[in-house]
Amino acid sequence: MKKKKRKMTLTKKRAITGYLFIMPWLIGFLWFYARSLFMTVQFTLNVLEVRPGGGYTLTFAGLDNFLYAFRAHASFKQVLTTSVANMLIDVPLITFFSLFMALLLNKKFHGRTLVRAIFFLPVILNSEAITDAMDLARNMMSGGLSNAAAELAETAGSGGVSVEYYIQMFGSLGLPMGVIEYIMGAVARISEIINASGVQIIIFIAALQSIPGSMYEVAKIEGATGYETFWKVTFPMVMPHIITNVVYTVVDSFADSEVVDLAYDTAFTYNNYGLSSVMSLVSTVVTCLILVIVCRFIQKRAFYYN
Amino acid sequence: MAKTTKAVSKEKKFSVRKLKEQYTAFKTDTQFANDRKRWSSNFKGFIIGLLKFLLIVGVSYVILGPVLGIISSSFFSNTDNYNPMVYMIPQDPTLERYSKAAQYLDYWKTVSNSLIYSVTLMLIQVFICSMVGYGFARYKFPLKNLLFACVVIMIVIPTHTIMLPLYMTFANFDVLGIISLIKGAPINILSTPIPVYIMTALGCGLRSGLYIYIFNQFFRGLPKEIEEAAFVDGAGTWYTYFRIMLVNAMPSVITVAIFSMVWQYNDTFYGKLFLISDDLIISKKVASLTANISNAEKIYDPSIQQLYLDAGIVLVMIPIVIIYVALQKYFIEGVERSGIVG
Repeated sequence: MKKKKRKMTLTKKRAITGYLFIMPWLIGFLWFYARSLFMTVQFTLNVLEVRPGGGYTLTFAGLDNFLYAFRAHASFKQVLTTSVANMLIDVPLITFFSLFMALLLNKKFHGRTLVRAIFFLPVILNSEAITDAMDLARNMMSGGLSNAAAELAETAGSGGVSVEYYIQMFGSLGLPMGVIEYIMGAVARISEIINASGVQIIIFIAALQSIPGSMYEVAKIEGATGYETFWKVTFPMVMPHIITNVVYTVVDSFADSEVVDLAYDTAFTYNNYGLSSVMSLVSTVVTCLILVIVCRFIQKRAFYYN
Repeated sequence: MAKTTKAVSKEKKFSVRKLKEQYTAFKTDTQFANDRKRWSSNFKGFIIGLLKFLLIVGVSYVILGPVLGIISSSFFSNTDNYNPMVYMIPQDPTLERYSKAAQYLDYWKTVSNSLIYSVTLMLIQVFICSMVGYGFARYKFPLKNLLFACVVIMIVIPTHTIMLPLYMTFANFDVLGIISLIKGAPINILSTPIPVYIMTALGCGLRSGLYIYIFNQFFRGLPKEIEEAAFVDGAGTWYTYFRIMLVNAMPSVITVAIFSMVWQYNDTFYGKLFLISDDLIISKKVASLTANISNAEKIYDPSIQQLYLDAGIVLVMIPIVIIYVALQKYFIEGVERSGIVG
C-alpha cells in the first residue's frame, strides 16, 4: 500500500514539474490566444462601441456583421477570393519549386554554401519596408527603360520575343489553355515564388539528408535509373515533409495577404471592430479549411517510413 | 581540273571503304566502346552541370538583383537619376542620400535601440520556448497531447485573427483585477513595448509556437541517459534542464536565437498593433522616412524620394546582413540539425 502510494507520487511529481515547465506558455495561451479567439467570435456577433474612458460596450446584433460583410461590403468578398485564389495558385508552385531547388542544392558542388546563403536571404530580409522597396526595385529593373523599349517594340511590331506566338504554338500542341495560362502566371511571378520559398528549400534539404543512403544503394544495385530512383525512393520519402511545407506556405502567404490589410484598416481606420473581426474570423476559417483538406489529400498519398 | 576531281572522288571512294573498315573495327573494339561511353557520359554530365549552373545563377540573380538595385540606386545623384543612360553604375556617385537618411532615421540611436529591443526579446524567447519545449518533450502529464495540439494551433492561426482582442487587452490592461485595485482603473500600456515583452515572456510572442515546436523536436531526439546520469549524480530538475539539456541543445538554441532576433528586428506587425514608438523599431521607422524627408527637405519628385528610401533600406539591412554573414553556417546547418523536420 505504502509502496503504491510512493509510486503514485513520483508520477504526480513528474506531472507537476512538467506543468511547471510549460506554465508560462499555458498562461499566455489561455490569456492571449484562447481568450482572444473567444473574444473575436464574440465581437463578430456584436456591435462594439468604445467608451470614452476606456473599455467598450457590446450590443448584441446577431449575424448582422456577417450579413454586412458578405452582402453590402464593397470589397471584402473580392479581396477574400483573390487572396485565397493566389494562395491556391502559389502553394503547389512554391512546393515543387523548393523541392526542385533542394534536389539541386543537396548535391555537393563548389560554392554550395554561398548559394545556400543567397537562397536564404529572402527569409532574412522579410521586413515589410524592405520587401516593398525590393518590389519597386524589381519593377524598376525589369520595367523602367526596358518596359518602354518593349512598348516601342510592340507598336513597331518588330524584334523581341513574341509571347503570343509561343502561346499559340503550345495551344496547337494540344495543351489546355488553362495549363498554359497557369504556367505563364507562374513565370510572371517567378521572383515572388523564389522569395517565398527560402524556408521550404531548407526543410526539403534537411528531409533529403535524412533519407538513409542504403536505400539509394539498393536502388542502384537493382538497376534503377535516376528517374525511377527519384519517383520510387526520393519522392515517397520526402512526401511527409510536403505537408509541413504546405502548412508553412499557406500560413505564411495568408499572414501577409490583402485580407489582413483590409481587416486591419477596417478596425483601426474605420473603427468598425465587429466587421474587422468577421473578416479575420472568416479568413482564418477558410485557411484552416484549406489546410485540413490539403493535408487530408496529401496524407492519403503519403508514405510514412516509421 | 577534271583529273583532279576524279582523283579526289577515287580517293573519296577509297576513304569511304576505309572508313567502313575502320568503323567495323571500332565497333568490335571494346576498348574504344568503353572510351566512347565514358566520353558521352562525361559530356552528358558537363551539359547537365552547365544547365544546373545556369539555373542556380539565374535564380540567385532573381534574389540578389533587387538588393543590388537598391544598393546601386542609393548612390545615385540627381543627375544620375534623370539620365536614362545610367544603369546600375552611377556616373556621379554621392553619399548625400546616406547622410540624409541617417540623419532623419537618427540612425545610431534607433539602430542600437532596436538591436537592444530585439536581443532582449530574443533572450526571453529562447529561454521560455526552450523551457516549454523541454517540458513537452520530457514530462508526461494529463492533457499533454491536447496542449501540444494548442501549440500547433498557435503556429497555424495567423496572428491577425486575434489582433483586435489583443489590442483591447492591452488598452485596458489588468491582471486579475490587481491593477484596478491599486490604481482604480485598468491602465493603458499601449505605445510602450511592454505588451510585446509580456507576450514573449508568456511564450506567445512572434512565432513562439514554431520555436516551441523546434525545441520539442530537438529535446525528444536527445538520449534520455544524459538526464538519468545527471539525476543519479544528484542534479535537480532545474539544474538538469538549465545546465545540461540546454547546453546539449546548442544547435537549436542558436537557430532559434538567430531566427528570433532577425524576425523580431524585421517585424512591424506588433509594432503597428501596439503603437510602439518608431524610435525602438527601425524597420517601422524606415517606412515613414520618405514622408519625413520630402516634407522637411521639400523634395517632391517621387523618384528622388525613392533614392533616400533606398539608402535608408540599406542602412536598415546592414546589421541583419552582418549577423547573417557572421552566423551563416549555423543558420542553415542549424535548421537542418535542429529537427524542424520531425
